[in-house]
Amino acid sequence: MATQMTIEPLQITVEALFPNGIAHYAAGGLLIGLGVAVIYAATGIIAGASTFLESTWSYVSSVSRFNQPKYLASRDWRVVFTVGIVAGAAVYALTLGAGGWTTEVQLWRLFVGGILVGVGTRLGKGCTSGHGVCGIGSGSNTSFVNVATFLAFAIGTAQLVAALGVSP
Amino acid sequence: MSDRSPAFHAVVLLGGLIFGFGLGLSQMARPEVVLDFLQFEDFGLLFVMGGGAVVSAITFAVVPRMFDRAPLTGDVFRKRVKSFDRNVVVGGTIFGVGWGLSGICPGAAYASVGIGNYPILVAIGGMFLGAYAQGYWRSYRQQTDASVSIAD
Repeated sequence: MATQMTIEPLQITVEALFPNGIAHYAAGGLLIGLGVAVIYAATGIIAGASTFLESTWSYVSSVSRFNQPKYLASRDWRVVFTVGIVAGAAVYALTLGAGGWTTEVQLWRLFVGGILVGVGTRLGKGCTSGHGVCGIGSGSNTSFVNVATFLAFAIGTAQLVAALGVSP
Repeated sequence: MSDRSPAFHAVVLLGGLIFGFGLGLSQMARPEVVLDFLQFEDFGLLFVMGGGAVVSAITFAVVPRMFDRAPLTGDVFRKRVKSFDRNVVVGGTIFGVGWGLSGICPGAAYASVGIGNYPILVAIGGMFLGAYAQGYWRSYRQQTDASVSIAD
């Protein structure tokens, strides 16, 4: 009885913080890291996801920023990397993922949020994978500051939007 | 580019496949799950970024001790350390507001397409427009700055 009394509050806390468990979150995170590791070990390239949003414009635009040598040299493999991400997620959906799903989040949120993500990740030199996984993994102070900033503003925005009664 | 080994794109594709499978499994490709995290209803996403960062930290520490240079490119191994300036904070702020509004970030958005979540194409369209707008603006600013300094 005494042991139960001490264990119970801990269990309640864990369930409140992680209502869906942690196994698939941790396994997914490890695989994201493994994907980065495979490319890094073979090529020395640290792959982030958001540069693709700029380097791909170089195929059709003459704007100088998109045609910098760094982007012209990497635009092909960034397309291949993105195709791999799409295909890998499709494999997940057809195996463990129960055939896929579609989001209920309203389209204006996806569109306006998407525009801000496009501006912010490129101005801020990276995104959740570039700064969040690779930059943090590199012990980069720039990435720590960027991640702390985007996490704080994302939490504030999501809570504000929910408080205004927008759902989902 | 042309002197790269034929295995180069195959390895990038393989890495992308694993990365995308992981994004699907982690549920990060699902805006609802991200929004639950940001609203403090499910903290599981901490293990996604944390797990990914731990693996990449080990990789960036161990791999350079195994090889002198990357086998497929001959490149030296570096870490991902970008210079700090005001844009890192301004960009992080704009990205944070966008992520909190939409619940989706770039890599997770690509993965979401593979899962069959076609409405996410609206977000990806927005991302491309946003990336174009900042690129256009910064290129324009650079040109006017250059012509101003020439005029001086």
